[in-house]
Amino acid sequence: MASAHSDHGHGEHGEHADHPKFLAHHFDTPEQQFDAAKFGMWVFIVTEILMFGGLFVAYLIYKGQEPSVFIEAHQRLDWKLGSVNTIVLLFSSLTAALAVRSSQLGKKNETTFWLVITILCALGFLGIKYVEYSHKFHDGLLPGRYFTAHLPEHAHNGHVLPQRANMYFALYFMMTGLHGLHVIIGMSVLGWVLARNHRGDFSPEYFTPVEIGALYWHLVDLVWIYLFPLVYLVG
Amino acid sequence: MATEVAGAHGHDEPDHLAPYLSPEAGRGVKGWLLTLDHKRIGLMYLISTLLAFFMGGVFALLVRLELFAPGRTIMSAEYYNRAFTLHGAIMVFLFIIPSVPGALGNFVLPIMLGTKDVAFPRLNLLSFYIYIIGATFSLYSIVTGSVDTGWTFYTPYSTTSQTSVVSMVLGVFILGFSSILTGLNFIVTVHKLRAPGLHWKRLPLFIWGTYATSIIQVLATPVLAITLLLLAAERTMGLGIFDPALGGDPILFQHFFWFYSHPAVYIMIVPGMAVASELFATFTRRAIFGYFAVAMSSLGLALVGFLVWGHHMFTSGQSEWATMLFSALTMLVAIPSGVKVFNWTATLYKGSIELTTPMLYALSFLVLFTIGGLTGLFCAVLNTDIHLHDTYFIVAHFHYVMMGGTVMAFVGGILYWWPKMTGKLYDEKLAKVSWLFVFIGFNTTFLIQFVMGSKGMPRRYYDYLPQFEIYHKVSTFGSWLLLIGFSICAFVLIKSLRSGAKAPPNPWGSAGYEWQGTESPPVMQNFRETPTITRGPYDYHLCTDEELFDGFPEDLKK
Repeated sequence: MASAHSDHGHGEHGEHADHPKFLAHHFDTPEQQFDAAKFGMWVFIVTEILMFGGLFVAYLIYKGQEPSVFIEAHQRLDWKLGSVNTIVLLFSSLTAALAVRSSQLGKKNETTFWLVITILCALGFLGIKYVEYSHKFHDGLLPGRYFTAHLPEHAHNGHVLPQRANMYFALYFMMTGLHGLHVIIGMSVLGWVLARNHRGDFSPEYFTPVEIGALYWHLVDLVWIYLFPLVYLVG
Repeated sequence: MATEVAGAHGHDEPDHLAPYLSPEAGRGVKGWLLTLDHKRIGLMYLISTLLAFFMGGVFALLVRLELFAPGRTIMSAEYYNRAFTLHGAIMVFLFIIPSVPGALGNFVLPIMLGTKDVAFPRLNLLSFYIYIIGATFSLYSIVTGSVDTGWTFYTPYSTTSQTSVVSMVLGVFILGFSSILTGLNFIVTVHKLRAPGLHWKRLPLFIWGTYATSIIQVLATPVLAITLLLLAAERTMGLGIFDPALGGDPILFQHFFWFYSHPAVYIMIVPGMAVASELFATFTRRAIFGYFAVAMSSLGLALVGFLVWGHHMFTSGQSEWATMLFSALTMLVAIPSGVKVFNWTATLYKGSIELTTPMLYALSFLVLFTIGGLTGLFCAVLNTDIHLHDTYFIVAHFHYVMMGGTVMAFVGGILYWWPKMTGKLYDEKLAKVSWLFVFIGFNTTFLIQFVMGSKGMPRRYYDYLPQFEIYHKVSTFGSWLLLIGFSICAFVLIKSLRSGAKAPPNPWGSAGYEWQGTESPPVMQNFRETPTITRGPYDYHLCTDEELFDGFPEDLKK
């Protein structure tokens, strides 16, 4: 923490004269504020991973108990749509990173462009997810006690799923649902960053919200990277 | 995170050099409810957690009163189930978990670090409001039929109970986020906002303890969040993950629940240890013996706390290998706990002990926590635990840790930092009387529960055999002594607020950082100028007379 010493020493000279508008009163330097915000977001990302971790553990346990049922059930998912969504999200992570880059360089319009692309990708992801969900609803592939895909009227190419496949879809909906909620939250965060960028809040000296907003978006992407092979490609 | 907008740039610009309680530091109701100041937020936490303690206490008294005689005494079995559930849920989620970090941590931590505020003041206020929203959900649940599942919400009973489990579970889910955000804020603050010269080896042990607690809060609470979400989905949508009829497993709920709730035990006790360390240093006038070992043992508890959850499930159908492993790992907990207890005891040796009320609470903490910790070893041994599981022995064990440990330290901490928080002194003599009632009352209530439990009285039972009546009567009598003790304590604090004498900056003559260079109560930005730390927090041998003077600065010159 040697740097903290010199930071403080620096800050004490002119508390108000040296204090730029974006710098909160309890920080001494913009670097300290940036580091704190970024570190805070990393810690928050750890909590998110642990939250999803619970679901991943439940999934692995029940898959271990009934591997054949899970493999049979996962064939009802559309891996092509899932793959498209994976590409969409990976691409949006790239555009989010480019938004950070352009705001570091002070290119406001470019930042706006990349943020808009990222948000559009998020919307595209949700749209595809909507199509997938409505197919599942139609086929009676619902969680828990609402699962009806084992009934004859929902036969798929002549055969029905065992009733035990309800567990697969319970986990599928919890995992993708919670992830979808994170997509919506991430989109809102990026929308807020976009509005502030539009207002001209950011500069090469201050782009913290772009950075931490993009960091959060990478988390949303990261969770999907693990989720996709687990639920779509188990066979 | 939005840390960039500081309160300083608002319309009613608060005066950063005014005492934080004065109107100049933020006017009226708005100045409190929208404050970003860690000290005001700390006080709001203090008031809310004490209200929760009062509510949980009322349920405890009702439970004890019902058990005064066998059969029906004051309420039906249905209401008894609700009463003990609410006692547990309120005490754990609304009181103990946010108590020391939320109230004392928020107030003291930034001052000890020599900084003006926590890293994210707006997030700090948000986490307080999340706490209030979570508490509102819980209250809503209490009003609309309450909960009778026990605070552990075990499935399958919690998925089938006719009471309003969902709103209580959502309340606890929301409270978890408050806990996570407080922990996150503290971790970042400790890493990034230390005063010049305050390197890690000079951190007060209160900071080390709070830091270790924050790590547990951040790592464990999200797992509770997902567990409770699954439970709520189970009740509302029939998800089936914990329901054997749908292929699920109720034991998985227990694993998930205890993966959080065992570390949560350390979220509750480590802050108590953190407070006790400060009290021992100040009232023995010497450095904590084995400072580094005590600091690391907090982190050790945080680590080991994640590896022992299975010891709650010795009788729930785990494999034998799992129970043996968890039993062995559980005994590891004794090592960091022992490190602390022995080092505190060594600190007392040849210290100049001053028996103020906070010190009496710290000593009670030491004795009661040791009893609680050692009886925990009984429960870690497999064959003993088969006999003791779900009896009053367990109830007594964790009350010795939670109440004898954390609550004693919390009350001690409130009294210790009271002059700093309020700028008022309190009536020491009356406070000592209240301590006496609390200490004797506590032991009367719970010591006998060890006996009762080892003789086979199961916990949570509404009715009991006649041979247990005498034990229950003694225990209930003890709960009245506790009521008297805490009532006197409340009276002492209210009297101090109304007519207490003005407190000098360092009334205990402590070397702790939070007593140096601050006024009582501190100014809005804590220090008139950023302090530079040149010594450790317990270096009494390096302190000047001025630093340790317990009166007003102007008297020193005379």
